Amino acid sequence: MRKHFNIIIIGAGPSGLSAATRAAEQGADYLLLEASAAAASTIRSYQRRKLVMAEPRALPLRSPLPFSASLRESVLDTWERTIAERKINIRYQSKVVDISTGAKKLKLTLEDGEKLTADHVVLAIGVQGNLRKLEIPGGESEHVQYQLDDPEAYQNETIVVVGGGDTGVENALALTGRNQVIILNRAEDFSNLKESNLTLLTEARHKGALDWLLQTKPQSIETNDSGDFPITLFASTPNGVERIPCHRIIARLGALPSRPVLEKFGVAFPTPDAGALPLLSASYESNVPGLYIIGALAGYPLIKQGINQGFEVIEHILGNPVESADTELLRQKFSSFCDDRGVDDVLVKVQKNVPLLAMLSTLQLRELVLESNILLPQPGDIVFKRNDYSTTFFFVIEGDLEVLIDDDDVPDAELHTGNFFGELALVSGRRRPGTVRAKTPCVLIETPRRVMQKLINSVQSMRRVLNEVAIKSVVQVCIGVSLSEEELNDVASHAILKSFAAGEELFHEGDEADGLYLIQSGSVTVSRMIAGREVVLFYVAAGNYVGEMSLVSGEPRYATVRAAVATDAVLIKADRMRDIISKNPEIRSSLDARYMQHLQEQEKREQLENVSNGSGSITSQSTQSNLISFLIQQGVGEATDVLLIDESLCVRCNYCEEACASTHGGASRLDRDTGPIFANIRVPTSCRHCEHPHCMKDCPPDAIHRAPHGEVYIDDSCIGCGNCQQNCPYDVIQMAVIHEQPERSLWQMLLGITPKVANDQEGTKVAVKCDMCKDIAEGPVCVRACPVGAALRVNPEGLLGYASGTSGEVNLLDHEEH
Amino acid sequence: MQRSNIFDYKNYLYFKIAALIILVAFAAYLVFEPAVGHYGGSFLGYGLGIISACMVLWMAWYGVRKRRYRSAGSTQGWLSAHIYLGTALTVLVTLHSGFHFGLNVHTLAYALLLIVVISGFFGNYTYMIYPRMMSENMGEDSLDSLLLRIAEADKLARQIALVMPDAINNTVARACRETSIGLGLIEQLKGYQPNCPSAQAVDDLTELGKDLSPEQRKLYRELYTIMVRRLSLVKRARQDLMYRSRLGIWLYLHVPFAIALLVAMTAHIIAVFVYW
Repeated sequence: MRKHFNIIIIGAGPSGLSAATRAAEQGADYLLLEASAAAASTIRSYQRRKLVMAEPRALPLRSPLPFSASLRESVLDTWERTIAERKINIRYQSKVVDISTGAKKLKLTLEDGEKLTADHVVLAIGVQGNLRKLEIPGGESEHVQYQLDDPEAYQNETIVVVGGGDTGVENALALTGRNQVIILNRAEDFSNLKESNLTLLTEARHKGALDWLLQTKPQSIETNDSGDFPITLFASTPNGVERIPCHRIIARLGALPSRPVLEKFGVAFPTPDAGALPLLSASYESNVPGLYIIGALAGYPLIKQGINQGFEVIEHILGNPVESADTELLRQKFSSFCDDRGVDDVLVKVQKNVPLLAMLSTLQLRELVLESNILLPQPGDIVFKRNDYSTTFFFVIEGDLEVLIDDDDVPDAELHTGNFFGELALVSGRRRPGTVRAKTPCVLIETPRRVMQKLINSVQSMRRVLNEVAIKSVVQVCIGVSLSEEELNDVASHAILKSFAAGEELFHEGDEADGLYLIQSGSVTVSRMIAGREVVLFYVAAGNYVGEMSLVSGEPRYATVRAAVATDAVLIKADRMRDIISKNPEIRSSLDARYMQHLQEQEKREQLENVSNGSGSITSQSTQSNLISFLIQQGVGEATDVLLIDESLCVRCNYCEEACASTHGGASRLDRDTGPIFANIRVPTSCRHCEHPHCMKDCPPDAIHRAPHGEVYIDDSCIGCGNCQQNCPYDVIQMAVIHEQPERSLWQMLLGITPKVANDQEGTKVAVKCDMCKDIAEGPVCVRACPVGAALRVNPEGLLGYASGTSGEVNLLDHEEH
Repeated sequence: MQRSNIFDYKNYLYFKIAALIILVAFAAYLVFEPAVGHYGGSFLGYGLGIISACMVLWMAWYGVRKRRYRSAGSTQGWLSAHIYLGTALTVLVTLHSGFHFGLNVHTLAYALLLIVVISGFFGNYTYMIYPRMMSENMGEDSLDSLLLRIAEADKLARQIALVMPDAINNTVARACRETSIGLGLIEQLKGYQPNCPSAQAVDDLTELGKDLSPEQRKLYRELYTIMVRRLSLVKRARQDLMYRSRLGIWLYLHVPFAIALLVAMTAHIIAVFVYW
């Protein structure tokens, strides 16, 4: 067999297949290596009949490999036909274990020891990487599998799931009910699980739906010639070796992370951050000459991007310069303000104008622009308003803008060409602290938070600059005094950014005061020990500060401050703060004012608490502080809008759910009768529209957005992957089939007859969640459909303020007032 | 948490309106007295009749409105108005009749209206008291979770009872077999089962535990605990079903009789115009 090729492509996923098809079309000398027994193993591992989407829709596909949005089966079928028809030179089960540089060529070592050489290597192995295998005697048995396509396919079997991670547990849970399931976990508990999975798992075991063995490792597998069970697994437990006869073993041992693999090959990374992407040239070449990286491994998770890159990389290698597929899109983006020069020229100009963007590589910049909007506000146009919810970031390419922080119409600051803004909402997920208005005709790039986050992880210098700016703006917002640029720099250079996990203490009652904490993101509770128990006094949201009491009085900490959710805070040391105060009498007086106010409120609360304890009965006041604790526990601290049900009024008519279902394609987004209750207030299973929505974290088509009024919603591009459902800690997202609800006749409405809906389960399941009825003029129907007024929506600041007695009214459905 | 309910909605707005309507109607009744005495066919009688008929239609429209989820405004306001204006309606209709009753379609319509309003009053009463009692009874549990736990307790109790003397085994088996929870509407509304076998079993067990051998006593205590817990679960499940059925039952009078009222009212109006 031949040992040398001009091009070796590793990985027969979408990118690799596309590269190979192009190479075949061009008559190049190439070889495609695939580690598994079939092409496209990641797509193969999707659930059966899952829709594979072709996002972004606007991006043209330019590869001989056909691809369009369709069912998993038909995508795989098309590609297999392409491999056969084009006689693709592919070798299956040829896993590459090493790549090294030799004299003018790259040397590859395969798992079976075979050595190959190539002038160019295209690495397209994706991020699913290599699944860890069961390396025990008998591990290659046909009854051992490493994925679960269709849980419904197994009935009445005894199945052992090896691995106590999320995937293993999810697989195991999907199999319960129809099968006997046993989980083998190497660790002594399931502490690495997501909260929601842990709850489901514990529940399932409680019900007897499955069982687990802890501190247990598989040792060997024997095939049985007779009997009910085809195999027997021998596992070492703390009590000795156990025999487990079973039908099937599903091993979910995780994937080997891709970074160490790439580093072994000599590929360099810009930052030590685990999320960093490899350094690549504009033609996808890594720092190792001849080694190209494309697809998800290079940071492009979408199938279409990978397919295009497969095409481009072959053209680059063959020396046919090619405009990348996105150039046309970029040209369209730029056409609105600059159509007289080439795309590359514009990009150079952008980098020249904006120092922050100059830190990016060309590939990174192209991607940033592709994912962003170009805005051309005219003088007087408003970019965003104070108190809007939006989490995009802006670069000023050209022009001047004004920032209005308070209510008067006098600009508080100016922005010029090369500046950037919007960083505070980027960090805290809260409302915009100020209004930005164009002063001259401007050119802006508006970049989504997700894209910025990705860049911050990869570009160290960018992260440093943004951190510094974030500290400065948090100082400005929290203290509310415009310090001079010089003073601000001085403060920022001495400030320390600290992160706290939910429940962690910023400081403890009685501690020596270390300084002032400015809450950058998240929120905290302030509590004191009163009469032997911890009483929550206040709730403090991002954009405020805590710790001023001891700073002013010089006494030890007066109360304990605890992060209600994951919180970032900027600490300004006590001595630095005293310096600043001495120079700025304005800060002094604002700190003093807050100190006096807090002291009075605390005194009042404390007396009320003591009264309640003295008489032995629980008064409404002490219930209120318990109510704060309860709501914080329910995640209200990170919410922006919560649905509550007053159980003392609720007549269980379920109109809230019916109204929701009938206006939202037949699937109710709230579950009225589940959820914890405290003092007659139930927090039902329904979206809280978190500040940093957990659901947005990992959405492949980027279908989850936040509307200006704060509604977190899923748009039509949902592909039904279920990531958001898994990521939501409050279990408020479900997978459902959406269909038009039939109009009900007058008669049906009068008598409450529900018309028959044909075939409930037909169609593709997508993720559905509460969108706060953003498309319905009068607001949430759940609240308006409640005949007795038991359903209410509140923003947590209003509610917590109400519960702690610091403000009079609960703000119902109030978006404008803050 | 003080929230406004259907009665004090918008600071008793509809109560005030209803009171005003009643006052105006009474005043008119006293001021305009026809020579032949009050009756439905007088000038005032027609006036009151037309207003009442419109109000009846509007009341019935609530049934549609509460299910038109996209319509504007809050259902809570509608219900508050429905309650107060519905109550005022009885007064208007009575004045409309001029206190003339007989065995005819006119009085039938009147009687039907009273049934509808009175069943509505009962509905109000249940809305006022049961929600709080329901949450006190159930806490965070749902009915399904209670039933699941009862089934589990059944399984466990039966297992333990197998190694017990026959008398104990029989009473436990009977409790598991014959306990019913909300079987049929009557039992749901009552909220208990006559001679409940589960309660019986707990009583019996107290007696039967006396002459057990020391090694059986340990298991017996476990069984006894399970049966006591089971009984309380059964009682809570029945309570919950009772509240649910009582919250819903009045609608089975309210709605059909409202429809009957619409029919009778139509007949009444036609009759009046035909025999004019």
